[in-house]
This record gives sequence, C-alpha cells and structure tokens, in this order.
Amino acid sequence: MMDFSEIVTLIVRSVETGSIYALVGLAMGIIYKASEVPNFAQGEMATFSTFIAFMVLTVHGAPFYVAFVVSLLFAYILGIAFEFLCVRRAKNPTILSMIILTIGLQMVLYGLSGWVFGTEQRAFRLPFSQFETVEIGGVVISHLGLATIIASFVLMCLIYWFLEHTKTGLAMRASQQNSMAARINGISSNRVVNLSFGISSIVGAIAAMLFAPIITLSPDLMWDPLLKGFAAAVLGGFASLPGIVFGGYILALIENLFGLWFSLEYKSVVAMGIIVLVLYIKPSGLFSKHYQRKV
Amino acid sequence: MSNNPFFTVDKISKSFGGLQALKELSFHVNKGEIYSVIGPNGAGKSTLFNCINGIYKPDTGSVKIQGQEITGLRPDQVAAHKISRTFQNIELFSNMTTMDNILLGRHMHMKTGVFSASAMLWKNSFSAKDETEHRRKVDEIIDFLDLQASRNKLVSQLPYGIQKIAELGRALATEPELLLLDEPAAGLTNEEREDLIFWIRDIRDELGITIILIEHNIQMVSEISDRIIAINFGKKLVEGTVQEVTNNPDVVRAYLGAD
Repeated sequence: MMDFSEIVTLIVRSVETGSIYALVGLAMGIIYKASEVPNFAQGEMATFSTFIAFMVLTVHGAPFYVAFVVSLLFAYILGIAFEFLCVRRAKNPTILSMIILTIGLQMVLYGLSGWVFGTEQRAFRLPFSQFETVEIGGVVISHLGLATIIASFVLMCLIYWFLEHTKTGLAMRASQQNSMAARINGISSNRVVNLSFGISSIVGAIAAMLFAPIITLSPDLMWDPLLKGFAAAVLGGFASLPGIVFGGYILALIENLFGLWFSLEYKSVVAMGIIVLVLYIKPSGLFSKHYQRKV
Repeated sequence: MSNNPFFTVDKISKSFGGLQALKELSFHVNKGEIYSVIGPNGAGKSTLFNCINGIYKPDTGSVKIQGQEITGLRPDQVAAHKISRTFQNIELFSNMTTMDNILLGRHMHMKTGVFSASAMLWKNSFSAKDETEHRRKVDEIIDFLDLQASRNKLVSQLPYGIQKIAELGRALATEPELLLLDEPAAGLTNEEREDLIFWIRDIRDELGITIILIEHNIQMVSEISDRIIAINFGKKLVEGTVQEVTNNPDVVRAYLGAD
C-alpha cells in the first residue's frame, strides 16, 4: 500500500500534468462551444507560437517576458486569421468538413514549422527550472511544476472572470447557448467565433510553452498533449469548460495510477481507452448535460 | 406621411429550392401602427419575418426602415436599426435567468466592454453606473410585464406562457422602434392572451413602438390591429382595415373558411 505522502505526491504530480491537459482541453472547448468544431490544429497552432517565443528568446536574445508576450500576440493573430481566412470561407459547412479543414491546417502548420524552424529537437527554457525543487508540506515539487500549476490556475480564473463578468464574455455565452437569439439581440456571431479562435489559440500557446521545457521543442511537441487534452475534453464533456478542467486532472490521475500499478510503458494508451469508454457509456462527458437543439 | 412610410417591404421574393415561399410581396407600415399578417400555415409569414430581420436573405426586393435600406444585412446589423422580434418557437437563453435574458437585450446599449467587471469592485466607477442603469431598465420591463415572480428563475423552468412573455421582455429591452411578433399568443391560455393584448396596446401607446404581428387567432387580430395583410402562397391576397380584410371573400375562402 501507499503511504500518505506518496498519495499526496501522486496527486500533486497529477495536478501538474493535468494542468497541461486541462489547458489544451480548454483551448479546444472554447472553440467547440462557439462553433461546434473540435479544432485538431490546436496543437500545431500552439507549437508554432512556441517556436516564435523560442526565436525571440534565442535569435534576438530578448528577455523571457518579451518572448512570452510576442508569442501570445502571435497566437492570437494566428487564431483569428485561421478563423477569418479559412473557417469562415467554408461554403455550406458541415461539422465533418470543418473538422477536415482543421486537420488540413494542422498538416500545413506541421510542415511549415519543420520547414521554417527545422525538425531538430531544441531546448526551450523558462525562467523556472525543472530540476530545482521546493518542498511544500512534505511534497517535493519542481519550480517548473509549481509555475505550471499556478499559471494554469490563474489562466482558468481569468477565463472564468472573462466569461462571467464582461460584456464580451456574456455575448459569447449567449451566442453559445442560442446563436439565433444572440444575433437578433445585436451580437455578431462572426465576432464571437473569431474571438473564440483567438482566445483558444492563446490558451493553447501557454500550455505549449509550459510543456515544452519538460520534453524538447520540435514540430512534434503537442502531438501527445493534444491527444490527452482531447481525451480530457471528451471525459469531462466538451460542452462544459469546468468539466474539461476536471477531465484533465482526472485523466492525469488515472494515467499515473495506471503507470504505478500496471505499466509505465503503456501509460499513453489510457487516454485512448478513456475516449472509447466515455463514448460508449456517456458520450456527452461526465460533467455536461446534453443539449438537444430544437429544430 | 404616406409618401414616406416608416417601414416598407418592396417586392421581396424568397425561394427554397423549388418552393417559392415569398413572391414579390410588398406592403408598408406607418409609424405607430399595429399591422397584422395573417394567412394559412405555410403561407410564408415566418419567412417574411426571417427576411426582414436578416436570418434569410431575400432573393430579390428591398426592405427599408425610415428610408434606410436593410435588405441582406446580418441579424445583428438589422438589430442595430432598432428592429427586434420574438419567435414562434421561443428562442431564449435557456440556461440563464429571466433577468439575464432581458439584460442581454441591453447588449447593444452597453458601453463598457471588457471592463464592466470592475463594476463589482469599484461601486462608483463609470461602468458601475452604466451597469446599474441597465439593470434598472430591465427591472422596469420586468414590472411592466408582471414578471417579478420569475425574475431570478432559469427560463427553462418557467411555464410556456411566461417564457413567451420573457422573450417579449428581451425584445423590448433592445429599445426597438419596430417590433416583430411571431404568433405571440400561440399556446397561451385565454387569460394570458387577454394580458398579452393589453400589453401589445401599451407597447404601442406608451412606448410608441410600431408592431408587426403574425397571428392565427383572428379574434385577437381583429381586436388590436389597425391594418391587416392576408397572404397565401407567399403572395398578397388583400390588405386593408380589419373590416375590409375579414369580409373579403378570398380571405374567407383561403383562411377563415379553413377553420
């Protein structure tokens, strides 16, 4: 059996990895709620933005916060440009054709980042070390891990605040619930969808920048987190943002338990298994009610 | 006044594949009128509303309010021309309260964007005053429509009749000059219908809002309309006063006779 401190450590590790899954899931969820499209280019958009940060850091030797801001700005522009130039142009779009559109962009961005930045593995460093640790209440955690947990928590609070307490956030929620009613009340659904892509891209970029130091920066950076984030979103329910966050943490916990008790090697299979299982048992996810749009 | 009517629909047509829902339909509405559109099911009444407020783009023809062309604009742009509407099948934000639904009708009038949240932190800020002002307006509407008991309930939990009134409240919150009501009395009890007639009159008399009404209940239409247009198969059958239209043999055959 595990003793108490082992259990706490396991939970903290899960929150650490789960934060990344939750952010990637949130990024997908924000777009999904606005347009009912799971954006499979999310990972590559985030990777590309992280490459921008890397370039600003290494080539131009700028301090980290400059690179961070430039990268987020780029992410935002990438998001709104993708929506404006590709998604909106689709003629008589169906959900399937939109998904294929995002997969197309994913391939373009994947190829482009390999071509522009190279396919070699690069070390991406944040000002928080992965190897220096602090001990809080008996749990040892790396600076990077702590920064990841705190940064994601702050970001989630910001998103919540934005959606609940701002005029634009209210417009976004209204548009998600009933786009027709939102439009006749003067809310432009184009603007809402556009903004959703921008915000989502920023959230994805932050997740990628927190994740990149753990492995290395290459065009493949977000392959795995995207799958996990997608699984988290399916688990928690795409239609519920808090559900997605919990889905991320729970997925990480299940993964760690699986690694501990069964096999470390096949840990990644867990996410796939969960996607399949949830789709069998409760397709709308654990935390979201299923809305039936009336015709 | 007749040279420059408040609202005109000029020869609009709309077809869906082979089905022509509207055929060169024209009419005008004067300021302060209650103008009713009647016709059998499938006559094109709701299509007409959808063409006016931008959910559909008419194939040909033009729609103007106060001389300004609004044909083919998006619904949110039409809303900016002070046209609001309700739907035959209620379109509310079902996961929000009555208060929030009506508050959303104020969206266009809210000045503060991202920073309206500061209203919670600094009570005397500009945005706090703005927010308070909007909430006061919403409460006026809630009082006007007798919705006090439903104010803080989720609209999905309200009875059908109350939901229809809440939707009317949201439409009023946008401060429209033209209000399109799509079968507001359908599904209401007799008592609720009496209230509705009373409110529609008040909306016109006290708020000065021009109203176009789609309604099946011919008794209600006769009671409150200034003028009526009867349409069938997307074309105008006859237009005129209540007397002229309800006594017209074509209307009796196409519409009243079917009852």
